[in-house]
Amino acid sequence: MAWLTTAMILLPLAGALLVWVFPWDNFTAGAIALLVALAEVGVWIECLVRFDFNQGGLQLDQQTSWFSDLHVSYHVGMYGFSLWLVGLTVVVQAATIAYAFWARRTGARAYFGLMLLLTAAIVGVFTAQDLLLFYVFWEAMLLPLYVLIGVWGGPGRLGATIKFVIYTMAGSLLMLAAVIVLGLSQGTFDLTASWQSSSDWLFLGFVAAFAVKAPLFPLHGWLPDAYRESPPEVSAVLSGVVSKAAIYGFIRIAITKFPEPTKDFRTVILVLAAIGLVYGSLLAFRAPDVRGVIAYSSLAQLGLITFGVFAVNDLGLNGAVLQMVNHGLISAALFLLAGGIERRAATGEFARLGGMARGRPVLATVLMTTGVIALAVPGSAAFAGEFAILAGVFTRGWGYAVVGAVAIVLAAMYMLRLISAVLHREPGPAVTPAALDLRPAELAAIVPLLACLLALSVWPAAITERSFTGNRAGAEIGAQFGGKP
Amino acid sequence: MIPRPHVDWFALAPELMLLGAMGFALMGAVLLPKENRRDFGALSAAIGFTGAFVYAVVIYVHTPEPQSVIADSVTRDRFGALAQVMICGAGLLVVGVAYANRMRDEHVAEFYALLAAAGAGMCFLVTANNLMTLFLGLEWFSIALYILCAIDSQLEGSLEAGLKYLIIGGFGSAVLLFGSALVYGATGELAFNQIADAVSAQHLSGDALLVGGLAMMIVGLGFKASAAPFHQWTPDVYEGAPTPVTAFMSAATKVTALVLMLRVLRTAFPQEAHLWTIAVAAIACASLAVGNLSALVQRNVKRMLAYSSISQAGFMLIPIASNNELGARALLFYLIPYAAMSVGAFAVITARERELAAPVTLDNLAGMGWERPLLGVAMGMFMFGFAGLPPTGGFVGKFYAFSAAYEHGWTWLVIVGVVATAVSLYYYLAVVRAMYMRPASELQLGAVPVAGGAPPRDALLQTSVVLALGVTLATFFAVQPLIDVAKHAASALPF
Repeated sequence: MAWLTTAMILLPLAGALLVWVFPWDNFTAGAIALLVALAEVGVWIECLVRFDFNQGGLQLDQQTSWFSDLHVSYHVGMYGFSLWLVGLTVVVQAATIAYAFWARRTGARAYFGLMLLLTAAIVGVFTAQDLLLFYVFWEAMLLPLYVLIGVWGGPGRLGATIKFVIYTMAGSLLMLAAVIVLGLSQGTFDLTASWQSSSDWLFLGFVAAFAVKAPLFPLHGWLPDAYRESPPEVSAVLSGVVSKAAIYGFIRIAITKFPEPTKDFRTVILVLAAIGLVYGSLLAFRAPDVRGVIAYSSLAQLGLITFGVFAVNDLGLNGAVLQMVNHGLISAALFLLAGGIERRAATGEFARLGGMARGRPVLATVLMTTGVIALAVPGSAAFAGEFAILAGVFTRGWGYAVVGAVAIVLAAMYMLRLISAVLHREPGPAVTPAALDLRPAELAAIVPLLACLLALSVWPAAITERSFTGNRAGAEIGAQFGGKP
Repeated sequence: MIPRPHVDWFALAPELMLLGAMGFALMGAVLLPKENRRDFGALSAAIGFTGAFVYAVVIYVHTPEPQSVIADSVTRDRFGALAQVMICGAGLLVVGVAYANRMRDEHVAEFYALLAAAGAGMCFLVTANNLMTLFLGLEWFSIALYILCAIDSQLEGSLEAGLKYLIIGGFGSAVLLFGSALVYGATGELAFNQIADAVSAQHLSGDALLVGGLAMMIVGLGFKASAAPFHQWTPDVYEGAPTPVTAFMSAATKVTALVLMLRVLRTAFPQEAHLWTIAVAAIACASLAVGNLSALVQRNVKRMLAYSSISQAGFMLIPIASNNELGARALLFYLIPYAAMSVGAFAVITARERELAAPVTLDNLAGMGWERPLLGVAMGMFMFGFAGLPPTGGFVGKFYAFSAAYEHGWTWLVIVGVVATAVSLYYYLAVVRAMYMRPASELQLGAVPVAGGAPPRDALLQTSVVLALGVTLATFFAVQPLIDVAKHAASALPF
């Protein structure tokens, strides 16, 4: 069943071509895209069923030579944690496409084609087992995002796209240089081959690309603009899924292939992550609008996840994978809700919002549930993830765990501020009684995300015990990826 | 009686095919009534380029080993044949682009005759094997191009472009000729491989005359490749010339000049590699800097693409500077998508010019992506390709070029190339931004004369654009077969 991974990349690609080539009307184009996205979820479930978690290692993999003189191949496959991240991608993409379908985006053929293309590229990043192929998918993520933000974004979209592209391309091109040097010096671009490098410069080349895309402090300059100016569902993909591609890169390439530099730079990266965590939380607490809170909370959460990854031990890595899925679902749901609020009030500014709970019980319930999970209330999936991360990073220094714990308090503060500013207080000037409650179509996009979160809250071990072979992430991370099982 | 060398007519078949086409088109210009000249000229040129393309392919297939033919003045090898294939392919696409151009009717058949003549000169030049044929081929296609630039005397700037190109190109040719003379003076040999033999036999390496000649030859070829600091003519000429001619120049001239530069340097001056690798690398860096930085501030799209072609020359000089077999492979591979993207991009500009009856700027591209979806998507892909983004052959080409530099041990050149790519993204994406992200209504275009009504559909131009787009994308997916072709072609050079 090796072709299943390839099918997951080709299906949205084929869907994109189908939408682009034929002159569908807006409704049909959206419907086709939604069907393809749902079919993609179906294929993923098939992968999940066929994946042997006991065996672990690289599965459903397929390799074909692309050009042999430099030993570059089309090699895709999934590890346990890639499988969960691909799952996150397809679920979030189905939700965002459903939301866009309901929101009736103009230029539907171009729009939905690009969304499907983006899906294919992200799935490709999570499954590529060849350095150059990884880079190709990595860049392929940028193009649809660039157009999606630039065409369908808000009034400040041109500035936002320029910032976004300059930041991400500066990072990715450093990665390209590192890819070339690394691949040629190793004699192969295959990631499953058992080579490791001890070059600090190459490590930094990769880290630059990942740190911009995540983003990590201080490379987050593009984040507020991009998250504010994008259409809400594109923001959902950006913060929910695309940022996870960066963390995936940290796990799959940075710490796996560069064990020595990882040790050398661990303190630097952990400190930057800690700063990002606190700084992002504080900015989120001070942000004047809904999207600002979610955007900066995203910066904070990615700092936390980076904690887990660079702890490089079982607890930390397992917690990081769980928290990646959690945060992806949470921030996608929150951005879609933010989109819903902005549609009703024509603004996301707290000063003009308020009192939306009255007469809108469904909106209140959904926003409250998402918010409470986001602030990691005990018993929620996010609590499990953050707990594992903090326990993991504790072994690298108790100071990090303290910063993390403080940030969880800050998370409660900004999330409750968001909830209260939107739902409670007196009705704001932008909230008219005519603004409806959440529509069934919006619920259909958001509730599945919440359902996944609730399921993970009940059973977080589904991910934490099924991400790495034999649930031994840190101890054998080098050996894990060094060669095919 | 002068001994007459044996002539391998088959090795000259592409040139002869194109010269025949030129003759037909010229006769059409004289004998046919006015209304038939355009069709006849275009058809002759198209048949000429197609035939030459096919012959070049046949030569490629039937020449596994390089042969010196016609008294060692011409080489028949896969290296030259592959370059001929690219030149003829570009020429064929340009015929499609030019067909509907508003050219003064009395000159339209001459236009195609000159196009075929320029193509023939280029095909001859890339197989040149001594200093005489080198200069002959260079002047042959240059003179045809001088006239082509100036042919549209209705077009503002066309005459100026022709004159500028003539004077500066003439200067470049003179420098090249002077350099050739010095090299001949130093070695007493004309043929490239014999120059190399003479240098090693007489221990001439480092000889002042030889090095001086080599430097001047690099300068002369740098003029043709529009590499900085010999690029000053490029923006004005590219902007002023009729756009189909610009398309042909940017694609075919670049192929010719770069392929020839690699052949001359590698065949005639292998002993001086320690000098010319550094010189070429310096020129590459200068071209990347000048081209990219100047392109950032351009509003006129043709002028911007002219500067971009300077920076692309810089990118393609990187594999030449690497002086290894991988570099030759990289150059030959990169030229395939590059030629397609150049012709394609200028073809889209041609279409837009016809629609607006005005020079294309970033402002009046606004909304084009939505009005003309095919051309818009194609233009977007060409820009992504120039910028070296997947899924285009430009990405693979750049990857190979950087790999060659790394293999030569010049990681710094990889870094320079990567930085230049980052800068270039800004202006390439500016085109995409202009086409898609700024609705025409948002701009105060003022008195731009829009031709009005539905834009005229030009099937031939669109076919050319689709073909160019196909090559741009196919070179990303089908790397292996093309790199094998490039590898076989590169093996004709002595590495």
